[in-house]
Amino acid sequence: MSDNSTVGAGFGADPSSETNGSTPEEEAPIVRIESVWKVFGPDPKGVLDGSIRTASKTDILAESGHVLALRDINLEVKPGEFYVIMGLSGSGKSTLIRVLERLIEPTAGHLYVNDEDVLAYGKDKLSQYRKHTVSMVFQHFGLLPHYTVLQNAAYGLKARGENKQAREAKALEVLETVGLKGWEDYFPSALSGGMQQRVGIARALATDPQILLMDEPFSGLDPLIRRQMQDELVDLQGTLRKTIIFVTHDLHEALKLGDRIAIMRNGEVIQIGTPEEIVAEPADDYVEEFVQDASPARVFAASSIMQDPQAVVYRWQGPSIARRVIIDADRDWAFVLDRNRLLKGIVRLEDVQAHAKGRGQQLTDIIRDEALVCSPDAKVEDLFPLVSNSSYAVAVVDDEGHFLGEVRPRRIFEVMSKKETTDA
Amino acid sequence: MLEFPQSLRVPLADWVDTAMDWVLDNLGPLFDFLGAVGLQILLFVENVLLFIPWFVIIAVVGYLAWKALGRVSYAIIMAVMLLLIGSFGYWDLAMSTLAIVATAVLISLVIGIPAGIFMAWSNRFEATIKPILDGMQTLPTFVYLIPALMLFGLGKVPATFATIIYAIPPVIRLTNVGIREVPRDVIEAARAFGSNRKEILFDVQLPLARPAILVGVNQTTMMALAMVVIGSMIGARTLGMEVLVAINRVEIGQGFEAGISIVFMAIIIDRITHAFAEHEHEAAGKSGE
Repeated sequence: MSDNSTVGAGFGADPSSETNGSTPEEEAPIVRIESVWKVFGPDPKGVLDGSIRTASKTDILAESGHVLALRDINLEVKPGEFYVIMGLSGSGKSTLIRVLERLIEPTAGHLYVNDEDVLAYGKDKLSQYRKHTVSMVFQHFGLLPHYTVLQNAAYGLKARGENKQAREAKALEVLETVGLKGWEDYFPSALSGGMQQRVGIARALATDPQILLMDEPFSGLDPLIRRQMQDELVDLQGTLRKTIIFVTHDLHEALKLGDRIAIMRNGEVIQIGTPEEIVAEPADDYVEEFVQDASPARVFAASSIMQDPQAVVYRWQGPSIARRVIIDADRDWAFVLDRNRLLKGIVRLEDVQAHAKGRGQQLTDIIRDEALVCSPDAKVEDLFPLVSNSSYAVAVVDDEGHFLGEVRPRRIFEVMSKKETTDA
Repeated sequence: MLEFPQSLRVPLADWVDTAMDWVLDNLGPLFDFLGAVGLQILLFVENVLLFIPWFVIIAVVGYLAWKALGRVSYAIIMAVMLLLIGSFGYWDLAMSTLAIVATAVLISLVIGIPAGIFMAWSNRFEATIKPILDGMQTLPTFVYLIPALMLFGLGKVPATFATIIYAIPPVIRLTNVGIREVPRDVIEAARAFGSNRKEILFDVQLPLARPAILVGVNQTTMMALAMVVIGSMIGARTLGMEVLVAINRVEIGQGFEAGISIVFMAIIIDRITHAFAEHEHEAAGKSGE
């Protein structure tokens, strides 16, 4: 999550502000999509049963008149994960997110949410699933023009059958969360696109769903508003910790928001990975073409370019050892760690030399509080200002202050210069 | 040689007669019942209209015109039109005409709006109904009178039923179109939050289709008025009957008075219902985007 990445000079950075608790990798998936297919046309099952199943999308269309929208999709989304599905139009991404709501029924395959087989749900259970488990935000907002902002935000609760007082109280609460306090009594047409989408988000949040589905929610908005909305969504997710499945055609948006990204083309998932994995190793030319425009500095996290430190001394070691370490490393400073690899600060060569002469000198007296620190998921872009007027490497520390490695200024410049971003 | 050969004659007329006889023999009671119900509604509406003093009706129409069209001048013009109809001695006939129009429109809406909803829901139903609606509107209006006459006899009841058949297509069509034109994403959003079909219909589709439906109501009303005039040919006592009589007697002046009264009624009904539909359109335009 980029929202809990911290960057700071000086060692005063407060590790407790970080909430990078359990890593999602260890948890059981909340959503499992297993070999899901979707074919549009007069006889979808027939296409899947036949030998044409393995043909390309264009061949299937030419030979049988069926449109293959999804081919053998397998995905797992972990609780609390921000999962982005990215692809151009016609890639099947919008179909896929609709399958998750069963607004579109897949032709074959399985969909498990909380280990329940959603595709086996009858009418009532499906309705309950839509009212309680998932909520969706739409590209064109999908607001009811004859309802006020408040009534729109309360729509999901109305459908659920909650009484007017309860649902309006909840709607007011979520409208405040999305920054629309004071707009309750307006009709959507009085609002700008960005504000209308806030109403859409409020409506989705009002039912307090486990999973938030977002179908290109920001692509109808102008770029400035879009960026602002993305930032706010990141902030919101920092507090809400929902599972979010987010569809977009914009790679920058995907890289900015996603914990993991699935890239789709022609109805197939062609690569799944973290933003860094995708930028570092595009699975094929298609992804590579996407990624070409991406600025690595915005994608790579400190943890991915950090190296083992060249000069480290421990607190209990004496100045003469420190001097040797520093000189061996061909530097004029070193990180100081304590027994648990907690970063204590740095020592400089001149201080060490001054103290090395006397016997029984302690390092503790000359530790400087000047270390540059960042969290593992801080983006390279954000490290640049730190190193630009300093000769130190940046120490990467985890939540508890454990030293993980160093990012040398040289690496930062390398990444920055690799590709100057096309849109700054 | 050049005459059309008699041997090629298709006896359609005989077939229709046979079918009609069968209907009369077997479904007679059903049509008697429908006719009786129609008559009761008709008499009720007519009695109400005739019971209300003329000046009250003029005042109400003036007020509606002012409300709908937003100008006092229009209200005054319409009040004067009604006054003129009265001064020609046609007040009661005008009210009878209005009663048939109102009854026919009422029944048309009760049948037409649900039919339009079903049409919007089912493509197959739409495909079946559309040619029938086209046919209903293309047939010469007199043609309706014959079966209506056969089934319900002479008078205002058959005129009302003929009027319904002639006037119902617009409201069915426009309800269908209005519902089909509700943006897909709004319906999808409603579905996504677990609303069922009935909730979507009443919370989303009908409110958003309202402007279109009101245009349909306006058109249905105008067509009903046109048909009622023709309905005088099968004995409905309306303003049209005066025109008919005037034609037969070649009394140009009387025919003109009756004719202009019909025009006045048409203007009043059209402008007021149209204005209400327009208002809705504007409201929808404002909140729609």
